[in-house]
Amino acid sequence: MSEYILEMKNIVKEFPGVKALDNVDLRVKRGEIHALVGENGAGKSTLMNILSGTYPFGSYTGDIIYDGEICKFKKLRDSEEKGIVIIHQELALIPELSIGENMFLGNERNGKIGIDWDKTYHEAAEHLKQVGLNDDPRTLIKDIGTGKQQLVEIAKALSKNAKLLILDEPTSSLNEKDSKMLLDLLISFKKKGMTCIIISHKLNEISYCADNMTVIRDGKTVETIPNENHDIDEDRIIRRMVGRELSDRYPPRERKIGDIGLEVTNWTVYHPIYSEKKVVDNVSFNVRKGEIVGFSGLQGAGRTELAMSVFGHSYGTRISGEVKIGGKPVKLNSERAAIEAGLAYVTEDRKINGLILSDSIAKNTTMARLEKVCRKGIINTDEENAVAEDYKEKLHTKAPSVKQNVGNLSGGNQQKVLLAKWMFADPEVLILDEPTRGIDVGAKYEIYCIMNDLAEQGKSIVMISSEMPELLGMCDRIYVMNEGRIAAEMSASEATQEKIMAAILRSDK
Amino acid sequence: MDTKAFMKKYTMVIALVVVFVLFAILTGGRLLAAQNLSNLLLQNSYVLIMACGMLLCILTGGNVDLSVGSTVCLVGAVAAQLLAGGLPALVVIPLCLIISMLIGIWQGFWIGYIHIPPFICTLAGMFLFRGLGRAILGSKTVTINDDTFLNIFASYINFPGLDDGDVKWSAFILGCIVALVVIMNKFIARFNKRKKGYKQDPIVSDAAKTAVIVLMILAYTWQLAHFRGISVMALWVVAVVVVYAFLTSKVAMGRYFYAVGGNEKAAKLSGIDTKKVYFRAYTSMSLLAGLSGLIVAARIGSVNGDTGSSFEMDAIGACFIGGASAYGGSGNIAGVVVGAILLGVINQGMSIIGLDNNFQYIVKGAVLLVAVIFDVVSNRKTGKAG
Repeated sequence: MSEYILEMKNIVKEFPGVKALDNVDLRVKRGEIHALVGENGAGKSTLMNILSGTYPFGSYTGDIIYDGEICKFKKLRDSEEKGIVIIHQELALIPELSIGENMFLGNERNGKIGIDWDKTYHEAAEHLKQVGLNDDPRTLIKDIGTGKQQLVEIAKALSKNAKLLILDEPTSSLNEKDSKMLLDLLISFKKKGMTCIIISHKLNEISYCADNMTVIRDGKTVETIPNENHDIDEDRIIRRMVGRELSDRYPPRERKIGDIGLEVTNWTVYHPIYSEKKVVDNVSFNVRKGEIVGFSGLQGAGRTELAMSVFGHSYGTRISGEVKIGGKPVKLNSERAAIEAGLAYVTEDRKINGLILSDSIAKNTTMARLEKVCRKGIINTDEENAVAEDYKEKLHTKAPSVKQNVGNLSGGNQQKVLLAKWMFADPEVLILDEPTRGIDVGAKYEIYCIMNDLAEQGKSIVMISSEMPELLGMCDRIYVMNEGRIAAEMSASEATQEKIMAAILRSDK
Repeated sequence: MDTKAFMKKYTMVIALVVVFVLFAILTGGRLLAAQNLSNLLLQNSYVLIMACGMLLCILTGGNVDLSVGSTVCLVGAVAAQLLAGGLPALVVIPLCLIISMLIGIWQGFWIGYIHIPPFICTLAGMFLFRGLGRAILGSKTVTINDDTFLNIFASYINFPGLDDGDVKWSAFILGCIVALVVIMNKFIARFNKRKKGYKQDPIVSDAAKTAVIVLMILAYTWQLAHFRGISVMALWVVAVVVVYAFLTSKVAMGRYFYAVGGNEKAAKLSGIDTKKVYFRAYTSMSLLAGLSGLIVAARIGSVNGDTGSSFEMDAIGACFIGGASAYGGSGNIAGVVVGAILLGVINQGMSIIGLDNNFQYIVKGAVLLVAVIFDVVSNRKTGKAG
């Protein structure tokens, strides 16, 4: 038997317009904990989805050799039969069902007629014990905390006879104590011969539990680093994770920085459902006119929540703090109030939150400020089309006509329509949330040019992005957020990717 | 526009023409008789009116209002009893419309502001208002004898002198005036566009469209002139259709129904008050149901506990057949009118042939299913429905 339980060789996976994985190699030894690290969007989750069969055989090229044989998984069930079980970052548990019901969902313990509930709950209790839980398996999932839910997921994996367990950011929603418990549990499994692959951003945790780690960057394997003594050099990993060259992918801008355009002080927001959980914690920041200010941080750091709560309280409850636009304190209790005060929030996910895909470019363009093409509440469609046409020309949106449905456009062109919509609203302050996600390099450059134009016109611009090079290339100043707080503020000249990563990691501890 | 795009855009119009021609042949031309054409509109007046309101509900996300049939009964009952009690029609009518609006405010409040699922809220309304209506009627059939009331909803326009003969010339003259207005409108629109340098549709397609519409108006009013002339009820229907067509295509508030149904989150983040949008959809729906209640009461001349039952299904069916998306966000009044008339033609054609009532249900069901399958499949290609 080979030393390796899993070898993934030359894996290439393409999505329309993007090469997500480019000749990735991954070799995992039998009975080790193997960490997979890399920036957001580096391709870690894609790789694991290929391994589990979520992206079926045929949609990628390359070989998966598991337990000495080449595997061609067509669906999740195929990989689970071999003992490969993946636990996603977003827990896949149904809150209204019990622990036992969740554990055997789709894999029910059947008796002669229907489900054998005694057997279900008996086996569930056994597996719960293995992960150190003594809860009654009849308890509903919604009644136990996230820490325990994560353990239930693992118990569920054990019930499938997992030999290779894949955990995608298992500790991202856990507190320190629960995280430690989880990692110790993995180490104890390892001693019993189980193999684990763990995806994580938290280098201290990886250092604590992993035997080897593979760094992935831009869809390529960078290096596999051994960690026998559990004393890795964090700087080396960070360099490996972010280490790409900055070239002139960013258009130049004439910097004319004026007075403060937007100022937010002592901003605190609680989770809309779990109202005791702080999502944004006493954050203060400002943006000057003509300035582009970046917000960096990992997913879930609270940047989108901060932006949305400032934009007319469209996220969160028990919001407190003060907002000033152009030096004047404003109360923004609704999205409409925010728009009228001169604020625009260009949403993160253009398809889900930004555009109406079944409507035309023209209708989307005027949506946030429809009254500008109305007389006494009646829409002047000719004027509307003319305005949309105007922005289409200005932003070089590629579409046969402004009557085209937005759903038929490419990602980059959709993003331009979204920008047009908010430029038409004529705001003083624009918050752009991941403005270049999922669009190609050429379109990115055009979006950067539009942002520069807006800044040169004296608008204040906030740019939230998970791509650090983009922030470094575009911004005058960068705030680093982590766990709802501002972890650091730095000017673009002093900021580096290593410093940003270090600020995030430091505040994690 | 190539043939494929043309077919896609006008599928239901083409379907209507095909069905119409089919029944015209099957009935040996009787469908085209003046009386039948006149009845086509009158028998479906309530469907046309309520489908306009139902479209707004459906636009907000495929939501429907199940209570409208019961609202018809309740409002009809109130009207019948008040008239029987001797109240003048000119008081009863506004009062009934106010009551129907209150019903709408009641439902719109729960749906829009408290987020009660529309299906459940209006299902409750369906029982509630039906029960109230029956209670008001005292489980009896109440006849309406008030002439003013009947004249306002169910009479024919006859100008003394002009319409004394067999041919009611006023109908055709009105048709000519409407046709002229349509042509003028098109000219003014084109002229304005040219003045401001906006893009124009090709003159051939504009002219062809206008010509078809004008010819249809003239042909229809010519036939009406040969059977009693213009009915007041038809004017009510046309008024509602015109107002709602304008609302959905030209008014900012109308645009918001589409926005909410297309993407509620995006609409909200664009500063649209989504709660108010739901509220207005259901308020307007009940108002139109109330109007239909009055019209139906006047047309039949009496109200009983079963008046208006399953009307909601006709209105919903007309919307979906007329191309409103079952997921919300798309559909228009023109489509709904075509849908309602299509249903009407099928009903009337089969009645004239003498087909059994049950068979009509089967055909209606089949048409509805085919129309929605078409919508879902064509949406899948453009990526809206999952």
